[in-house]
Amino acid sequence: MTTHEITTTRMNPMIDPGMHIWGWEIPVYLFLGGLVAGFMVISGYFLFSGRFQESRHVTCFRAPLTGLILISLGMFALFLDLEHKLYAWRLYTTIKIASPMSWGAWILVLVYPAMAIMALIHLPDQKHLPIRVEFLHKLSQSLRSHEGLAKTIGAINMLGGAILGMYTGVLLSSLGARPLWSSSSLWLLFLVSGMSATAAFIHMVAPTKAERELLAKADNGFLSLELFVLALYLIGLATTSDVHADAVRLLISGTYAPVFWIFVIGVGIVIPLGIQILAVNHKVKHTSIPPLMVIAGGLILRFVIVMAGQHSHWSNAHGL
Amino acid sequence: MNSISRRKFLKITGTSAGALAAARALPSLPFANDALAALHEEQGEVTTIPTYCDICFWKCGAIAHVKNGKLWKVEGNPLDPLSRGRLCPRGTGGVGAHYDPDRLRSPLIRRSVRGDEEWTAVTWDEALDHIAEKMLKIKEQYGPEAVALFSHGIGGNFLKHTFKAFGSPNISAPSFAQCRGPRDVGFRLTFGEDVSSPERTDIRNAKCLTLIGSHLGENMHNTQVQEFADAIEAGASIIVVDPRYSIAASKAKYYLPIKPGTDLALLLAWMNVIVSEKLYDADYIAQYGFSFEEFSQSIAQNTPEWAYPETGIKPELIRETAREIARYRPASLIHPGRHVTWYGDDAQRSRAIALLSALLGNWGRKGGFYYPVSMDLPGYPYPPYPKSEKGKVDNPNQKYPFAHETITTGIREATISGEPYPIKGWWVYATNLFHALPNEQDTIRAIQNLDLMVVVDVIPSEIAGWADVVLPEATYLERHDDLNVEWFRDPFISIRQPVVKAPDDQKPNWWIAREMANRLGLESYYPWEDIEEYMQFRLEKGGYSFDSLKEKGIILGERQPNYFDEGVPAEFPTPSGKIEFYSLQLTEHGHDPVPVYKKPDDPPPGYFRLLYGRAPVHSFSRTQSNRVLMDMMNENEIWINADIAARWELKSGDRIRLKNEDGVLSNLIKVKATERIRPDCVYMVHGFGHTSKGLRFARGRGASDSQLITRYKVDPLMGGTAMNLTFVTFEREA
Amino acid sequence: MSRYAMVIDTKKCVGCMDCVVACKTENNVPEGYNRDWIVQDVMGKFPDLHMEIRSERCNHCDEPPCVHCCPTGASHVHERGGVVLVEHNKCIGCKACLASCPYDARFIHPDGYADKCTFCIHRVEVGLLPACVSVCPTHCMYFGNLDDPASDVNKLLNSRSHHAVLPEAGTKPHIFYLT
Ligand SMILES: Nc1nc2c(c(=O)[nH]1)N[C@H]1C(S)=C(S)[C@@H](COP(=O)(O)OP(=O)(O)OC[C@H]3O[C@@H](n4cnc5c(=O)[nH]c(N)nc54)[C@H](O)[C@@H]3O)O[C@H]1N2
Ligand SMILES: Nc1nc2c(c(=O)[nH]1)N[C@H]1C(S)=C(S)[C@@H](COP(=O)(O)OP(=O)(O)OC[C@H]3O[C@@H](n4cnc5c(=O)[nH]c(N)nc54)[C@H](O)[C@@H]3O)O[C@H]1N2
Ligand code: SF4
Ligand code: SF4
Ligand code: SF4
Ligand code: SF4
Ligand code: SF4
Ligand SMILES: [Mo]
Repeated sequence: MTTHEITTTRMNPMIDPGMHIWGWEIPVYLFLGGLVAGFMVISGYFLFSGRFQESRHVTCFRAPLTGLILISLGMFALFLDLEHKLYAWRLYTTIKIASPMSWGAWILVLVYPAMAIMALIHLPDQKHLPIRVEFLHKLSQSLRSHEGLAKTIGAINMLGGAILGMYTGVLLSSLGARPLWSSSSLWLLFLVSGMSATAAFIHMVAPTKAERELLAKADNGFLSLELFVLALYLIGLATTSDVHADAVRLLISGTYAPVFWIFVIGVGIVIPLGIQILAVNHKVKHTSIPPLMVIAGGLILRFVIVMAGQHSHWSNAHGL
Repeated sequence: MNSISRRKFLKITGTSAGALAAARALPSLPFANDALAALHEEQGEVTTIPTYCDICFWKCGAIAHVKNGKLWKVEGNPLDPLSRGRLCPRGTGGVGAHYDPDRLRSPLIRRSVRGDEEWTAVTWDEALDHIAEKMLKIKEQYGPEAVALFSHGIGGNFLKHTFKAFGSPNISAPSFAQCRGPRDVGFRLTFGEDVSSPERTDIRNAKCLTLIGSHLGENMHNTQVQEFADAIEAGASIIVVDPRYSIAASKAKYYLPIKPGTDLALLLAWMNVIVSEKLYDADYIAQYGFSFEEFSQSIAQNTPEWAYPETGIKPELIRETAREIARYRPASLIHPGRHVTWYGDDAQRSRAIALLSALLGNWGRKGGFYYPVSMDLPGYPYPPYPKSEKGKVDNPNQKYPFAHETITTGIREATISGEPYPIKGWWVYATNLFHALPNEQDTIRAIQNLDLMVVVDVIPSEIAGWADVVLPEATYLERHDDLNVEWFRDPFISIRQPVVKAPDDQKPNWWIAREMANRLGLESYYPWEDIEEYMQFRLEKGGYSFDSLKEKGIILGERQPNYFDEGVPAEFPTPSGKIEFYSLQLTEHGHDPVPVYKKPDDPPPGYFRLLYGRAPVHSFSRTQSNRVLMDMMNENEIWINADIAARWELKSGDRIRLKNEDGVLSNLIKVKATERIRPDCVYMVHGFGHTSKGLRFARGRGASDSQLITRYKVDPLMGGTAMNLTFVTFEREA
Repeated sequence: MSRYAMVIDTKKCVGCMDCVVACKTENNVPEGYNRDWIVQDVMGKFPDLHMEIRSERCNHCDEPPCVHCCPTGASHVHERGGVVLVEHNKCIGCKACLASCPYDARFIHPDGYADKCTFCIHRVEVGLLPACVSVCPTHCMYFGNLDDPASDVNKLLNSRSHHAVLPEAGTKPHIFYLT
């Protein structure tokens, strides 16, 4: 028997013995980004398909507003993670095409007006607002009167949401030094996971049964798709190279396996999917439990991928 | 690039043409120069001062860089033949000694029981007056010999001078009885001369280099390592004998994983092969050898087959390596080692290395042992020292007939027993006796018999913790020391001079030595006021320029012959005037005239032999407070053979304690489960496991080999303490 | 054009870490951080072992993912020698570059910016060798221009067997190890 013994003298904080450069902030940011992406797509779809006229849909007004809040929280988490905070403005002095981080920063800037306009369109539907800002209402009315424009805004939001959702995955997959992230299906996984979390969220807060029903169905679709994409992702990596297979092993049998199987797959996808299938078939009542599970699962997925990804490596002298 | 940084940039680059060209080229480069500008801006105002290093005893010529008045870095002095412009990692990290936040800052007087490390800070006058009073009292009651000095390194020169003037011959360093003593005795008995330090080994010209435990690359004695690399580059055949797969072993053509303590058997077997196959240098032996016949007869039984069960090295491999060694003679160097106080047969084992060298005819030949030379520099004319009536205390009745230096442990023994006469005062300069001497209980016992215990140190070491008075010395970067008039391949003089100021109330040893002398009524021994005056006097008398030495750091002499064939006379100052293959001196004192192998003890079941050595980034126990070097390695590990570790269910990174046969437990130490060591021994780097309270950073990091070495053997020829005899077992934390 | 590179002779390197210490003092690398480090790679079963010792640092890659991923342009390839540098006051400390480097060569300086080996370009510019190269007691490190066929580095690469670390990561590293 021969052995291979590698030792290194390097002991840099956050790098050795295992990389730990990103804590809770980045997974939270990626999760919120995905969630907001979902909001944009779903609200945008309602607008684009003209359903906004049916009014009172939570999706239409509150979702974009909530999205604005959530994306701000996400950006704040990202900001907290920056080690050189005073220089954060540097993000907006340049556009680096090769850097998803850079275009991500710019996407975030575009997300704000897109969602704001979408919310604005639904302003008149809101009967219980404490204050009325007259000129906003006028603006809203004029936007509504141009159906084509409203549809375009919906389309822009759908597109923006899709890009935002994909970006959260591309951000990681562009960092090829971490084998667990270097997969071309990561963007799809994060996009779909974001959509399912959004569907679950709206499902949970929707006031009408019809909307709940609609979103539970949508969510079931997203969850099934997510399972499929996850399988694609894992199998894809496992067959790329030994290094990537080692990385996948972190999830399926290694340190992160318990969390991955129990929380991401079980609690986050399979169980709520099961319950919701029963619910849409009217076997059980709609409750907030499955959507909460989906949302938690989506968050934990980001945590697991970010943490395990940092630990995956091309060669590690610390033998992790 | 802004104008400020550009101006600074020009300042540091000075006026050299290349620098200006680079500076001019810069502004034409767009954007990206900001990063560079920032890099240049960091440079500031830099001055350079040459000195020589003191992180170990090699004394490499160095150039210190001071930036904006603060010590920045230390580089090698290209003029210096020892460093050839490159320091070893410890020398490069020497800056950390100056910045060490745990340094001693003012003189301290003990205010509780010894070893409690409770102090009152006092002025130098108070401390020195107190010491002088005690010393004079001891002198009156017991004679001046009753005060002993332990001093290691060139820094102690002036204290030694004060002691000799005081009338004490009891001056000793661990470099003899705990280090290279047996080797120098083994070579003296054979060639009539020492190997000395820096070793006269012609490594760079060797075509075959045999290392018997000399772990060059971990042992970082600079010139040796540089020449080792030269030899590798030149394609020398390298043979390494070590129970551990050392760095050097990884460079070897032949690696012999010998059973610890059996090297003499291997050496005898090699000689047996070389003699029986007539591979030796017959002309050389005929010309210079004494009693070769008797020698051949005494080793006739020591065949490779005989050595095999002892050493674990297969007979074919012993034969093959013997032939390889002989093939390249005389440029075949058997490195004599340096720290050789291993098993108690050390002087005889070293003598076997000398004999093997004689067979190869490498003494005085290129690629073997060269003849070192030195500059002719007159000493300072002092009054003669008083003669001691009692003589030295360390070696009563010449118990160790071949000890030609003072035995530290002999002084310690006399201090405990009061025989042959009492020792009542110790001065300890730059040696941490708790890490340097085996069996620390004996050191404590001796200290408890003292009326006065003074320690001069730079940090609150373990030995300082036991002092009555602690004197804080300025580090080597902050002081002058004696001129280094080296015996080396090339002759030269080098200077140590202050590079930066001592941060607090620390003083240089020469000042302490002089102040002490003045208080002891020995003013006449210090006709000079200031050490620069002393240096200038000597240099001018020798016809050298002091200013030039201060500016360049080195004065080089003319190259002189190093080998017999360059004109060095082949003289051997032995009783026979020849290389003594058979030693009548040894017979006379009842010892074997030709080395005879004795089997070492085997460890009891469940125990492992504790071996130790060097890490390239540390010097003994003196660098674990140096933050730069601690950043490289901040604890030692216990190397355990991977299979053994698996059997004990230990893995790398686990923390365990080691327990010796006397039940002494070590500090917690990290396991290194590795293929790189035999299963019957374990290994750690010496110098860690500090216990002193004042060493806030170093304390409790790693374990101390010295603490575990409670049993040792004494070399009957010269009094060296053999320390590779400790057996340890593993204790898991409950 | 120049493309700087290092060639390190693993046959001579003894893993003494002098290169690491020298980098520390030269570049004022803070306590607890390393721009370069030593890897010992041991193969086999005692006593039949082989060990390669490597002094490692940023490879100043030809295809530097750390530069591509940087959102602000703080990480960039310098015109001179293709050296990869970080401009401190452009860096936001997002750590994307840390994650993108297959060699884990970067770290976040306690002051907040991404830091790593600069190939001692401030020395090279004034005609000196990088600090680690100039200190190495075994003279096992060589620094030079890959685009100059007469440079030491090219001569060594042409005459000796060598390898880079993780060439499969596709970054085209500029440090070569002679074997
Ligand atoms: N167990 C064991 N024992 C050994 C060895 C071993 O490997 N293992 N090695 C042996 C060998 S080879 C040798 S040479 C000896 C070495 O033994 P020592 O020379 O005693 O070495 P250190 O343990 O480093 O102790 C040096 C002391 O000097 C202090 N010091 C450092 N610089 C200065 C200075 O500038 N001025 C003053 N005044 N003090 C200073 C340090 O703080 C430290 O307390 O040890 C021997 N003993
Ligand atoms: N970095 C650094 N370098 C130093 C020093 C330092 O403190 N730090 N100190 C200097 C001084 S003063 C000295 S004396 C030297 C000491 O250094 P050396 O004279 O080279 O070596 P030792 O410390 O005697 O021996 C340690 C080596 O011997 C091996 N060994 C142990 N037992 C046996 C055995 O029974 N047989 C054989 N063949 N090998 C064995 C160990 O595995 C280890 O590799 O180092 C000098 N160089
Ligand atoms: S060998 Fe290293 S520590 Fe010793 S004097 Fe030279 S540079 Fe200093
Ligand atoms: S200084 Fe040279 S010999 Fe020492 S570790 Fe670095 S590259 Fe290797
Ligand atoms: S080694 Fe890492 S930090 Fe250096 S250039 Fe390559 S990718 Fe960038
Ligand atoms: S940490 Fe700094 S250098 Fe690295 S990618 Fe982010 S902004 Fe660029
Ligand atoms: S080139 Fe300079 S910065 Fe890079 S490792 Fe060497 S000394 Fe450090
Ligand atoms: Mo020594």
